[in-house]
Amino acid sequence: MSQATQDSVREDGIIASVSGPVVTARDLDARMNDVVYVGDEGLMGEVIEIEGDLTTIQVYEETSGVGPGEPVENTGEPLTVDLGPGMLDAIYDGVQRPLDVLESKMGSPYLDRGVDAPGIDLEKKWEFEPTVSEGDEVAPGDVVGTVPETVTIEHKVMVPPDFEGGEVVAANEGEFSVTEAVVELDNGEEVTMHQEWPVRKARPAAEKKTPREPLVSGQRILDGLFPIAKGGTAAIPGPFGSGKTVTQHQLAKWADADIVVYVGCGERGNEMTEVIEDFPELDDPKTGNPLMARTSLIANTSNMPVAARESCIYTGITIAEYYRDMGYDVALMADSTSRWAEAMREISSRLEEMPGEEGYPAYLAARLSEFYERAGYFTTVNGNEGSVSVIGAVSPPGGDFSEPVTQNTLRIVKTFWALDADLAERRHFPAINWNESYSLYQDQLDPWFVENVEDDWPEERQWAVDVLDEENELQEIVQLVGKDALPEDQQLTLEVARYLREAYLQQNAFHPTDTYCEPEKTYGILTAIHTFNDEAFKALEAGVPVEEIQAIEAVPRLNRIGVQEDWEAYIEDLKAEITEQLRELY
Amino acid sequence: MKEYQTITEISGPLVFAEVDEPIGYDEIVEIETPQGETKRGQVLESSEGLVAIQVFEGTTGIDRNASVKFLGETLKMPVTEDLLGRVLDGSGQPIDGGPEIVPDERRDIVGAAINPYSREYPEEFIQTGVSAIDGMNTLVRGQKLPIFSASGLPHNDLALQVARQATVLEEEGDEDSEFAVVFGAMGITQEEANEFMEDFERTGALERSVVFTNLADDPAVERTVTPRLALTTAEYLAFDKDYHVLVILTDMTNYCEALREIGAAREEVPGRRGYPGYMYTDLAQLYERAGRIEGREGSVTQIPILTMPGDDDTHPIPDLTGYITEGQIYIDRDLNSQGIRPPINPLPSLSRLMDDGIGEGLTREDHADVSDQMYAAYAEGEDLRDLVNIVGREALSERDNKYLDFAERFEEEFVDQGFDTNRTIDDTLDIGWDLLSMLPKSELNRIDEELIEDYYRDEAETVEADA
Repeated sequence: MSQATQDSVREDGIIASVSGPVVTARDLDARMNDVVYVGDEGLMGEVIEIEGDLTTIQVYEETSGVGPGEPVENTGEPLTVDLGPGMLDAIYDGVQRPLDVLESKMGSPYLDRGVDAPGIDLEKKWEFEPTVSEGDEVAPGDVVGTVPETVTIEHKVMVPPDFEGGEVVAANEGEFSVTEAVVELDNGEEVTMHQEWPVRKARPAAEKKTPREPLVSGQRILDGLFPIAKGGTAAIPGPFGSGKTVTQHQLAKWADADIVVYVGCGERGNEMTEVIEDFPELDDPKTGNPLMARTSLIANTSNMPVAARESCIYTGITIAEYYRDMGYDVALMADSTSRWAEAMREISSRLEEMPGEEGYPAYLAARLSEFYERAGYFTTVNGNEGSVSVIGAVSPPGGDFSEPVTQNTLRIVKTFWALDADLAERRHFPAINWNESYSLYQDQLDPWFVENVEDDWPEERQWAVDVLDEENELQEIVQLVGKDALPEDQQLTLEVARYLREAYLQQNAFHPTDTYCEPEKTYGILTAIHTFNDEAFKALEAGVPVEEIQAIEAVPRLNRIGVQEDWEAYIEDLKAEITEQLRELY
Repeated sequence: MKEYQTITEISGPLVFAEVDEPIGYDEIVEIETPQGETKRGQVLESSEGLVAIQVFEGTTGIDRNASVKFLGETLKMPVTEDLLGRVLDGSGQPIDGGPEIVPDERRDIVGAAINPYSREYPEEFIQTGVSAIDGMNTLVRGQKLPIFSASGLPHNDLALQVARQATVLEEEGDEDSEFAVVFGAMGITQEEANEFMEDFERTGALERSVVFTNLADDPAVERTVTPRLALTTAEYLAFDKDYHVLVILTDMTNYCEALREIGAAREEVPGRRGYPGYMYTDLAQLYERAGRIEGREGSVTQIPILTMPGDDDTHPIPDLTGYITEGQIYIDRDLNSQGIRPPINPLPSLSRLMDDGIGEGLTREDHADVSDQMYAAYAEGEDLRDLVNIVGREALSERDNKYLDFAERFEEEFVDQGFDTNRTIDDTLDIGWDLLSMLPKSELNRIDEELIEDYYRDEAETVEADA
C-alpha cells in the first residue's frame, strides 16, 4: 500500500462501534473510499459509508481487542498502489504490502497487525537510462526512460497521467531510488520512477480496440477449441476439485503474455506457497528466464481479513494496467472471483444493506462488469499498444452455474471454460466440458491461426467439434442399448471421438513435455487423429469389420503424442503406420 | 475491572449490556448469575454504551440482575507440552481429574494467518496404511483433508485407523520425529466420544494426545470455541515443540449449526440455507491453520470430519469445506452396505497435494501413473454397470467385460481391507498392478511404457495371484 506521500491533511475521529471488520467512527472528516488508520494499533481501513456524523470503515486487519473511544486517523487519500520497478518477482497481500518484507518486519511467520510497508522498495537504487533528452517535449503517459527491472522485463518510466507535461530540462542517467527525480520538466514537474494510483479507478488509455491476436496458452483444448484473445476476458467456473486452480496455474506458467499478474483471492495458503516455490524455478517458455521474472503475485488467502480480499482484485488490475501502459501484453488471473463477491456480500451484510439475490449486494453485477471492463486491447496514452487479458475463476456453490456470480460473469466475458466434476472424477484433465464451453473470439482469431499455424486450422477444428457433437448424441443411444447395437460406422465415430478425448482434449499438466503444447503440435495431433478417421472409414467401406480396425497396433499410440518431445517425426511416422496397417486389412 | 448489572436484553445465546467505558471487540466476559453460577462469553459487537455478548455456556439462569465482568483480554488457551495425555472439556477445562494445568504460555485462540511467504509447501508423504487413501488420495504432512461422510457411516473408524497407523517413511539416519494427536470433538454423543477414548486408551495413543470434548448436550455456542482451542494447542505443539500433529475435528456439521444459531440470534441477513454469509471465511480461519512453516520442525495436518445432511455434497457445509480444504475423502453408503471397509469411494475423493508428495524417492516411481490409470479404469467400469443393468453382460464387448471385472475386484481387493489392516505403500501399489494387469497393455494409456515393462504382470503371474 502506498505510503510515500505523508503530507496530506489529516482529520482525526474516534471509534463509535466495532463489529468484526466493520468499524464506525464519530467526528471523522473523510471522503468516500479514503484510507484511514484505526485504533491505537493503526489498523488500515477504508471509508465505505458516511451517514450524518458517523463514518463506516472496513478494516483490512483483525479487529480483536479494538474498542470504542480509540482514535481513527484519516490519510485523506483513497486506497492507492505504488507503481514502479520492483513489482515483478514480488508477492503482495490484498493491499499491496509485500509479504516478504512483512515477514522480516514482524519477525514471525504469522501476519501480525498494524504493520505497514510500501509496495515497492523506496530505497533501492535502479539503473535509469533516459530515452528523452533536453529540449524534447513530453506529454502525460510518455516514456522518458527505461530501467532493467528483471532479466526479462524492461520497465518503462512514464510521465504520470496527472502531469501537465512540457519540455525536458534535465534527464539524468545513472542509479536512482524510485523517489528521486530522473527527468525534470520546464514547468517544474519532476518525473520519478514511482507513481501512485487509486486502485478503484481505471488508468486512462487512448482507445480500446478489437483484439485480433490469441493469448496462446499451450493448452490444447483452450488454443484448439476455445481460444482467448490478448485483451480478452474468460471465466472458468467449476465445482471444487474440478481443476480451476491447476488451469489458472497452467495459464500463468505458459500463456504467451509479457507480464502475468496472479491474484490468489481468498484461496488456499498452500497453493500460493506452491506458486512462490515453483515459479522461480520454472522457465518462461518465451525467454528461458525464470517465470518469476515476469510475474507479480497477490496472495490474499482465505483466512486473511475479508476487507483486504475485497480490494485485492483492484490492486491486481491496477498493476496490470500499469504494465499495459508500457506497451506490454499482460494476463491477469483472478482465483477466485467468487471469494471476492463473497467478501462484498460479507461487508454488505455487516452494513445491513438490502440484499439482492442470494444475499449478494444489489451492486454485484455492476462491480463485476466494471472489473472485467478494465481488460482489453488498448492503444495507450503514449501511442503504444498493450493489453490486459483477464481470466477469472468462479467457484459456484454446489457446482451450480445458475448462481448469481457465475451468471453475472457470463453476461460480460466472451470466453467460457466450463469445468465439469464428472470429467474430473474420471481424471479427464483439464476437465473442461467441450459441449458447454464457448469462445466468442473464434472468428476474430482464426485469421491469426491461419496465418501463423496452418491454412486449414478452422476447418480441422470444425471437424473435431462435429465428431464430438456426434459422439454426444450417440452416447445417449449407447446408454440405452449398448455400443454393439449401433451400426458399424457409428461405432467407428465413437472410437475416433474417444481418441479426440484422450489424445487431444486431455493433457497432463504434471508431465514435463505434455504440460505445454505449442499450437503447431496441437494442430499436428488433430491431423493424426483425422488421418486415422479417414483411413478407418475407407477400410470400413472396403468391408473391414470395425473390431479389426480398432485392433490395429498403431492406433493406441495416438495417446502418446502428447508426451513426445520430437513430436513432428513421431506424428509423421504414426500417420504412415496407421495408414499402412489399415490398408493391409483390405 | 468494572462489574456491571446493566443487562438490557437476553436473546438466545446473546446478552446485551450497557457499559460506561470502551470495551474491546472479541473481549472475554464473565457473567455471574444470582445463583452464583459463572458463565463465560465473548464480545460480538461493541459500541459506545452498549455491547452484545455471546455466552458460551448458554443463557439459562441469567437475569437482569446478573453481574457482567469484562476481563480486558481476548480468549486465550493456556498451552504447555504437559497437555499431552489430558482430556479437556469444550472450553479447555480439564475433566480427567488430573492435576491443574500449569501453562508455559497463554495464546490467543484466534490464530493470526500464516504468511504465505513463510509457509513451506507440504510434500512429505504420510503412510496411513489405507490403500484407498495412500494409493489414490495421498495424504501429506501439513495438509487438510476432510472426510465427507453422512449419518450411519463408519467415518469414526476410518479416522481412528488413520490416527493409529499414520507414519512417515523416514530416510535412514533420520531420527524418529514425534507424533501427536489433537482431537477436537464438537457436539458428538457420549457414545461416540467413548469409542474414541477407548481406542486411544487401548492403543496407548492417549499419552500423545490432547482431547477436547464438547458433547451433544453441552452448550452449542461453546462449539465455536472448541476447534480454536484445539488448533491453538496443535500449533503450539507443532511450531514451538516440533511435534508432527494430526488434528481430528469431528463433527464440523455441528460446528456450522452453532454458527447458524448465533447468526440467527443476532438477526443477521442469512446466506444459503440460513447459514451466515461469512461461513466461508470462518471455516477458512480453522482449516487454514494446517500447514508447515519454513524453518520449523513440526507440522499441523488436519482431518476434519463432517456428516453431509441428506448425503448431499452441495449442502453449504461440505461445499464450502471442499473449496477450502486440499481435497476430500468420501465415505460411500453403497460401498458400506456391500460390506466394504473402509467404504471409501475414490472417484469423488481427491487429494490436491498428492502430485508433489509421491513418486520416485518419495513413494515409488509408478505411483502417479498407477493411481491415474486405476481412476480411469474404475470410472469406466462404474459407467458400464449402469449399462449392464439394462442390456446384460452378454451384450457387452470383451473389453467392456474386462472393465466390469476390474471395477469389482478393485472394490473387493483394493478398497476393502478392513479397519485393522495396515498396508505399506508397496503393498498398495502391488495390488494395484495385480488389478491393472487384468487389462491389456494397450489399454494402459496413462502409464509410462517403461513402467509397464517393469511392473505389468503377464498372464501366468496374474493367474497365480488369482489362486
